[in-house]
Amino acid sequence: MLWIAWKMLIGNRAKYLGIVFGVAFAALLIAQQASIFCGLMSLTVSQILDIEGAGIWVMDRNVRYVDDIKPLPDTDLYRVKGVPGVDWAVRLYKGIARARVDEGSYEQVILLGLDDATLVGAPTHMVHGSIADLRSPDAVIMDVAGHKRMWPGEPYRAGRVFEMNDRRAVIVGLTQTRRTFQSFPVIYTRYSQAVRYAPAERKVLSFVLADALPNESPGTVAARIEAQTGLLAITRQDFLRKTIRYYLLQTGIPVNFAVTVLLGFLVGTAIAGQTFYLFIVENIRQFGALKAMGTGNGTILLMVLAQALQVGVVGFGIGVGMAALFGWSIQGFSKLAFFMPWQVIVITAAAVFLIVLLASLLSIRRVLVVDPAIVFRG
Amino acid sequence: MTTPPDTDQFLSAESAAAMAVRVRGVTKEFGAGDAIARVLRGVDLDIPYGELLMLVGPSGCGKTTLVSIIAGTLGPSAGEVTVLGRDLVAMGHAAKVRFRREHVGFIFQSFNLLPALTSVENAAVPLVIAGWRRRKALEVAADLLDQLGLGDRLTHLPGELSGGQQQRVAIARALVHDPKLLVCDEPTSALDAENGRITMELISRIAVQRDRAVIVVTHDSRVYAHADRIASMEDGRIESVAVGPRKQSGTGA
Ligand SMILES: Nc1ncnc2c1ncn2[C@@H]1O[C@H](COP(=O)(O)OP(=O)(O)O)[C@@H](O)[C@H]1O
Ligand SMILES: [Mg+2]
Repeated sequence: MLWIAWKMLIGNRAKYLGIVFGVAFAALLIAQQASIFCGLMSLTVSQILDIEGAGIWVMDRNVRYVDDIKPLPDTDLYRVKGVPGVDWAVRLYKGIARARVDEGSYEQVILLGLDDATLVGAPTHMVHGSIADLRSPDAVIMDVAGHKRMWPGEPYRAGRVFEMNDRRAVIVGLTQTRRTFQSFPVIYTRYSQAVRYAPAERKVLSFVLADALPNESPGTVAARIEAQTGLLAITRQDFLRKTIRYYLLQTGIPVNFAVTVLLGFLVGTAIAGQTFYLFIVENIRQFGALKAMGTGNGTILLMVLAQALQVGVVGFGIGVGMAALFGWSIQGFSKLAFFMPWQVIVITAAAVFLIVLLASLLSIRRVLVVDPAIVFRG
Repeated sequence: MTTPPDTDQFLSAESAAAMAVRVRGVTKEFGAGDAIARVLRGVDLDIPYGELLMLVGPSGCGKTTLVSIIAGTLGPSAGEVTVLGRDLVAMGHAAKVRFRREHVGFIFQSFNLLPALTSVENAAVPLVIAGWRRRKALEVAADLLDQLGLGDRLTHLPGELSGGQQQRVAIARALVHDPKLLVCDEPTSALDAENGRITMELISRIAVQRDRAVIVVTHDSRVYAHADRIASMEDGRIESVAVGPRKQSGTGA
């Protein structure tokens, strides 16, 4: 009977396309918006992801996310080092500086200061120069996108000098980094030098990066650091989660996207539901004839659900395909962040399933109550 | 209740067990209160196996309502309906659905073919409903369409066929599962004279069999020649049942 259901469905070309359009539209909107949302969320943690090598991040108790800097006294480094189970601990400076571009205009930059001795957290995808060059005086490494932003169209020139917070900086390398939420240029330097760029303050230490001894779990050691120092110590994974949770709960971003997704869902359901209902009504005599000829209501129900599922699968494929195509086509040159993890696909599939289920509900009632005797009426 | 004078005499020769359809005192009302419509007002009717009964009468007298009740798509308000030895009134919904699936063939005035299915697929529908494999069902349907002269139209859609051809596909669909009761409601009234004649000839030649009863609602007097019996209906009652030309000429089963 299912092949009959599908033939009935596809045989009604105009209605079929209408229903598929409604579902595909909703799937596209949901998948695309959810992917942009995920893209944005992943931007919020790009700074954590880009700093590799440390399993534990230690910070002030009141830090809520990675850009929420609450400086610590330098002595906190030694307190962390003293906690049993800590293999090593180093300083990390993270702040905003003002870089002067040649023509006299200024650009906000993210300044990262890495531990002088170990350079823990150094960039891993160098494009020009090498990390070791950071050890030369006033040396900085800049991210490719930031360089392009500060000096559009100009090729990279090793040894280029510019001013940051009125102090000299020399570019010794370019690196690839993840895009950041504010999309500021990212500049790496040594901790001791970063502190000199930074405005004079009593406390300058942003984070202590640490790692647990090989035989200890980072989670336990982090808990021990917290207990012993009163600082906030969490694993890298937990810091990622904490940052994303902050953006989820404390900003209006998720609500904005949720509204669009909901609109896509509602509009898709309305279009698909209405067209599906019209399709069923148009075929009501056919269903009546099938019932007269001895098709039970259970089978009729299965047929309608199979029809709904069919448009669901096709519409889902088209919608998600188009969303992926969109994401692929804006890759690289757009300000939009696009990230489609499998969860987005699962959520879209669930939404589409719900749409076709809702869309068929009204129609199912209509089909189930149809009196087989109608087929005798002219 | 009117009992046609020639009915008793004629039917007394046949045992009740030989009746494919036995209707007694059937009434049907639609609506309630002031808006009540008494459509059937006490119908008695018998149809033996192996015969073709034509049900005739003016429009609105209740013919379609009566055959719907006999076919099991509609329940009576009162009375007894026994078809193929089974009491339809006592039958539950699911049993009635199964009864129709297994034992009843339908031919409708407006064909009611599925427009998205080809001729052979349409003709195979009752077998598919009965749970047959698609391939086997299509094979059987194709054979039958061939017998009906549509061997070269198997893969045409209903929209690509003439009215007469569509009704022949409908005949194949009505007979493909070898039902013991065939119910046709005005099968020729949507067709021109020539196609109506062909359709009725096919029904009378192929459908009528020893173990099957055929009931044809019509008000087309040109097809009376194919009737074993003609039941005249008026205002919700059977007024008379007369022996038809087919029985008289001995071509009946
Ligand atoms: N479902 C229904 N509800 C109300 N009235 C109906 C219904 N079905 C049939 N009728 C009425 O019953 C009468 C007989 O109808 P029908 O059996 O179709 O007559 P025929 O087939 O002889 O033309 C008509 O007056 C029709 O309007
Ligand atoms: Mg009628």
